[in-house]
Amino acid sequence: MLNNPTINSTISLPKTEFDTLLAALRELGYQTIGPRVRDESIIYTHIEKLSDLPQGYTSKQGPATFRLVKSNHRRYFDVIPGAQSWKQFLFPPRTHLFTVEKVERWDIQPNAEKPPRYAFIGVRGCELAAIEIQDRAFLRADFHDPVYRARREGLFILAVNCLHPAGTCFCASMGTGPKVQGGYDLCLTELEDTFLIEIGSELGRDVISRCQYEPASGFLQSAAAKGLERAAGDMGRHLSLDDLPSLLTDNLELEHWDEVGKRCLSCANCTQVCPTCFCWDATDHTDLLAHSTRRERVWDSCFNPQYSYVFGGNTRPTIKSRYRQWLTHKLGAWKEQYDTFGCTGCGRCITWCPVGIDLTEEIAALRKEAQA
Amino acid sequence: MSGAYKPKVAVYKFSSCDGCQLSLLNLEDELLDLAGAVEIAYFLEATRAEQPGPYDIGIVEGSITTPHEEERITEIRRECKLLIALGTCATAGGIQALRNFTDADRLAENVYPHPEYLHYLTKATPISEHVQVDLEIWGCPVNKYMVLEAIAALLQNRKPNFPPYSVCMECKRRGAVCVLVSQGIPCLGPATQAGCGAICPANGRGCYGCFGPWPGANLESLAPALKDLERYPGEAMRLLRNFAGYAPAFRKAADSIKE
Amino acid sequence: MTALPHTAVNPDQLLYPYWAEITQIKPETEGVGSIWLRFEDPAIRESYRFLPGQFNMLYLPGYGEAAISISSDPQDTKGMVGHTIRFVGNVTKAISRLKAGDVIGLRGPFGSAWPMDEIEGRDVVIASGGIGLAPLRPAIYHILHNRQKYGKVLLIYGARTPKDLLYPYEYEQWRAGGIDVQITVDRADETWDGQVGVVPMLFYRFRLDHQKSVVLTCGPEIMIRFVIYEGLARRIPAERIYVSLERNMKCGQGSCGHCQIGPYFICKDGPVFRFDALEKFFNVEEY
Repeated sequence: MLNNPTINSTISLPKTEFDTLLAALRELGYQTIGPRVRDESIIYTHIEKLSDLPQGYTSKQGPATFRLVKSNHRRYFDVIPGAQSWKQFLFPPRTHLFTVEKVERWDIQPNAEKPPRYAFIGVRGCELAAIEIQDRAFLRADFHDPVYRARREGLFILAVNCLHPAGTCFCASMGTGPKVQGGYDLCLTELEDTFLIEIGSELGRDVISRCQYEPASGFLQSAAAKGLERAAGDMGRHLSLDDLPSLLTDNLELEHWDEVGKRCLSCANCTQVCPTCFCWDATDHTDLLAHSTRRERVWDSCFNPQYSYVFGGNTRPTIKSRYRQWLTHKLGAWKEQYDTFGCTGCGRCITWCPVGIDLTEEIAALRKEAQA
Repeated sequence: MSGAYKPKVAVYKFSSCDGCQLSLLNLEDELLDLAGAVEIAYFLEATRAEQPGPYDIGIVEGSITTPHEEERITEIRRECKLLIALGTCATAGGIQALRNFTDADRLAENVYPHPEYLHYLTKATPISEHVQVDLEIWGCPVNKYMVLEAIAALLQNRKPNFPPYSVCMECKRRGAVCVLVSQGIPCLGPATQAGCGAICPANGRGCYGCFGPWPGANLESLAPALKDLERYPGEAMRLLRNFAGYAPAFRKAADSIKE
Repeated sequence: MTALPHTAVNPDQLLYPYWAEITQIKPETEGVGSIWLRFEDPAIRESYRFLPGQFNMLYLPGYGEAAISISSDPQDTKGMVGHTIRFVGNVTKAISRLKAGDVIGLRGPFGSAWPMDEIEGRDVVIASGGIGLAPLRPAIYHILHNRQKYGKVLLIYGARTPKDLLYPYEYEQWRAGGIDVQITVDRADETWDGQVGVVPMLFYRFRLDHQKSVVLTCGPEIMIRFVIYEGLARRIPAERIYVSLERNMKCGQGSCGHCQIGPYFICKDGPVFRFDALEKFFNVEEY
């Protein structure tokens, strides 16, 4: 037991001590959220203790395929997550904005619900990068989103380095993983018997100081480093960024857009599972006599025909035009808007597309046509 | 909206299971408000008291399956200012439209000892094939809140706020796990109109399209993909030819993957 | 892209509207009317400022919001803001049924403005069609207030028929203020003895000094395309052609995503753009 862990130092936390860490977070007022097995997949939800985590699982992922695999190992963080991302907590799929009551006149009652304080347990490099990308969209210098900001400011992040990427992962191409790039309170690497934990903030230091931890030996640290090196070479997918974003923004009229437009369902799954997609819509819900109106914000998608509706028609009436908007935004215009790509290489849009459209392959096909 | 005039509402039943009318009666918390806002003038499922027409709003459940129904729907159209088709029987023919894909006479012979006493049409058809319909509310059964929203919208002189996207949007928003991707279960969610709240996928079953085809759907791509997922021969086609199977988009898609 | 003038947006305005009372409703043409709004809160009445070309989100609870450009005089608000609205959608149709004294919600002003300061000293060609004159009227008022700061000012305005012309009761005033007002219609009727033809065609009839001229244009997208084409053909560079675009604007602050075109959020980076910023994709179909 050391007395004084310091920021940026690495300690070793016996797995048996992890429940102490979770309890410490709850004592500090956080809801602890992490991965759990449900419905043949992994979801993010409340966790109480280490044994809630998906011990012994991995996931086999490919275009339109996710299979949870029970393996013989005893590790907790080996399974690459499912469709859900942390986005649902910071930018909820459905938010009550306000209620307007008509008595004598309109009376507006903002949603006074206290924003929850979350501790995210097991945020991967690609996912942390996605949070930082959404920060740029929702917390701009000239504007901030009040719902997002309240949740983001109260957030505790326990990140995890990925040692076993899945078949649709390409974070190494995007530079967001498998090693977490910063922005966390604590960052964990799972070894057989212990968690190596890097301390990233004062808050993280405080939490660790409440646990029975040990020094991280050079042997353990080099084991973690080797594991990460191996993981970087194990990516299921690769995306070349050399000619992006201009490959997309300069080639809006390639024939391949028509080809992918024929396969795309326009069902919006890719945008709903994408941890960076930020589009939303606001809708009113009234009672029968319109005395009370509840205004809600919900996730929207550029794949919904209504999304680009203006009087007289839809500015993107074809699926082709909507797929093109999505991809040229994500890996094209996004760069100009936010000085980053809108993709972190998490692979969700590939895995959870019902017809398995793979953006790494689409970009390769567009490149081939553009260069021909 | 002034409280002075209460629109008169009539609810009619054609060939159907009554489930959609029941969803109206299931509006327990809202029934008082509803009774305050409209006058239920004709609703045999709820009350024997009948007031004569004409009515402001006619709500029709069920599909047209007999010569008598064919005549009756024309009369009803005449006595209702606005006509709402309620439920997938009324909007697409419903489960009884399965007969449209086979020989109705042969079915009758197989089921009834004296089919000559039956008076039926060879096809079960939606209300819109017979008269002009002002609003369709899909679902088997319908979502009762969509019915309430439709009435609220009519009272407030606005478009009903029905979700304009696929079931996948609702499925993802509620955090359900996609059964197609995680278990290989054929699911019509990507091509089906939202409104149900993705009940089936959230309970581990594939969507069987009872809210009807979503207008933005790409069934040319989805149908062959569902066929690839089949767990037994003909599964994808049967999924498409289900409660909303007679809806043109589903019909065409089922035909396209028929053996 | 060079920055066009904006006003600072109140961050709370993402969610909550100001309430404003309708003081006057004025029918303009078939299906088009102007409504004048007066903020309930005296402090907002005092502080509210907008620039020519900006828009507000008008909110009617239960029906939703609609993006409506501001069409009144930016210098003479008296706590009132005017909007000319085409009553075609769910929200605007509901607004058309309101009466003076009713209260609606308003968020704004949002978006970029016509570059009234930057174009001082230049000849100004305002090319507009249909309801597209509404967001240009504040620019016209600004020019009238500051007439000596601009060179020749030519307004080319067209509508489908004489009955569809907006603000006909103000043309004489504008002419008296030193603006060459040229009106045209696509289809004449028995009352019409003026010009017939589409807006871009009228360009041929006027001498434009391409060294000095700027073009401000708003209207149907097809008209805008031809105005730009004519402007460029007359050797007015893209850097001196300004267009106001319409897309599905919802939040007004470049957050909800709906109004994007290329790298821009029309509601935040637009609706007014210098054409060189759009040149690359303006002719791409369905983009």
